[in-house]
Amino acid sequence: MATSEVINLTSAKRDPTFADRLIPAKQTVRTCIQCGTCTASCPAAAAMDLSPREMWRMVQLGLVDEVLHSKTMWLCSVCYQCQVRCPRGIPLTETIAKLKQLAREERIKEWRESTTFYQAFSDVMRRYGRMRELEFMIRYFMTSNPFSALGFAGMGLTMFLRGKVHPELPSLGGEGRLDRLFDRVAELEGRK
Amino acid sequence: MKYLFYPGCSMDASALEYKVSMLAALESLGAEVQELDDWTCCGASVAPVMSDLLGLVLPARNLALAEQMDGVQEMLVGCSACYANLRRTEEAASDSAMLAKINQALEVEGLTYSHRVQARHLLDVLANDFSPEDIAARVKRPLTGLTVAPYYGCQTVRPYSPYDDSQHPNSMVRILEALGATVHNHLREASCCGTSLLTTKPEVGLAMVGEILDAASPADCIAAVCPMCHMNLDSYQGKASKVVGKPLKIPVLFLPQLMGLAFGLPDSALLLKRHFVSAEPVLNQLSAVQS
Repeated sequence: MATSEVINLTSAKRDPTFADRLIPAKQTVRTCIQCGTCTASCPAAAAMDLSPREMWRMVQLGLVDEVLHSKTMWLCSVCYQCQVRCPRGIPLTETIAKLKQLAREERIKEWRESTTFYQAFSDVMRRYGRMRELEFMIRYFMTSNPFSALGFAGMGLTMFLRGKVHPELPSLGGEGRLDRLFDRVAELEGRK
Repeated sequence: MKYLFYPGCSMDASALEYKVSMLAALESLGAEVQELDDWTCCGASVAPVMSDLLGLVLPARNLALAEQMDGVQEMLVGCSACYANLRRTEEAASDSAMLAKINQALEVEGLTYSHRVQARHLLDVLANDFSPEDIAARVKRPLTGLTVAPYYGCQTVRPYSPYDDSQHPNSMVRILEALGATVHNHLREASCCGTSLLTTKPEVGLAMVGEILDAASPADCIAAVCPMCHMNLDSYQGKASKVVGKPLKIPVLFLPQLMGLAFGLPDSALLLKRHFVSAEPVLNQLSAVQS
């Protein structure tokens, strides 16, 4: 959605509990004074469809669909600049992780490629307990966009030649190193 | 001085040269370093997106392992993303209900976290546990004539920076000066390297990398203290040049590699040949000054 569009707050679908669901900011999001320090501090703001300031205003207004369909959260590189500068002390950066979580849970189609990145990383972490960079990249590109992998082929080769990646055979059978811990967390969160 | 060390995934793989040079530099300074046994991934920026609790349990597993060691109160961490995750977990666990929940999960690993051990960034240790005089006393081959641009990145100092300023950090200055180097201060020292945007949204990430390289360019090399920052600044210089519209080529070294050079350590302790952008110009500059 473009920022120039006018949203009719009377007819728009709004969820007044949206801010409350956003851990860890929760109620503190409501104290945002729209100063725009977050936007001015964000290195990726220019590429966003909603500026961080606009996005937080929409969170306050409960505009769930507009926020979860915006690409803004996926452009956050977790640099914490907005969080440490926020004059209201709102944990903005950490709350963006929660927005990504909600967008994942809602299975929003436009963000399939972005959520695939997290899923592939998480799967490798769960399987081996530690990251295997090569297997992660292969899993990510295979499930997101195999053609975009070509742009990284040269880099991969150089990394191999410099000894920065060690191809290891994937181990697919049996229990993963962190299966039990992941399962336990899911159980505690009522997801299982 | 003794340190328990959590390497994290990158320092054991793509950034192995960071770990090897860190161990060598600390040994030269007389420190004893022991690696945490059976450590696992801190969850990076991924686990908190998968689940709130997972984002805390994965770092907590490592803190709990550290607590099993006698007398350990601190854990040394070289990767800034691991550092921020561990600190975030320590902060969240100061809430006793959250700590109890974390421990309910850790039960399946036979571990208990009691919120006792504290993560410390390598930069904090190097800048504050050793005085510039301690460091200067180990220098055999001063970095005279070498101009170094410090690069701190984000999570080294944000949001947890009990040892430095989160906006204008300067811890590296006294270390680099103790090594005999000239420091090139620039406007992008604590700017973001783009992290995973280089993979997921390359056009956005490359612009961020380009701005940093451009700001650092008057120097002979960049000093980094995070595997992710290093990877992004070192391996995308060709592509970033195209985005910024000018040729950018500058070696990126890990801070302990520069320390090792000044301490006169052999290449087997520095692994300088693993970088995308050759460190050769740095070595040539040093030998030109010394001859």
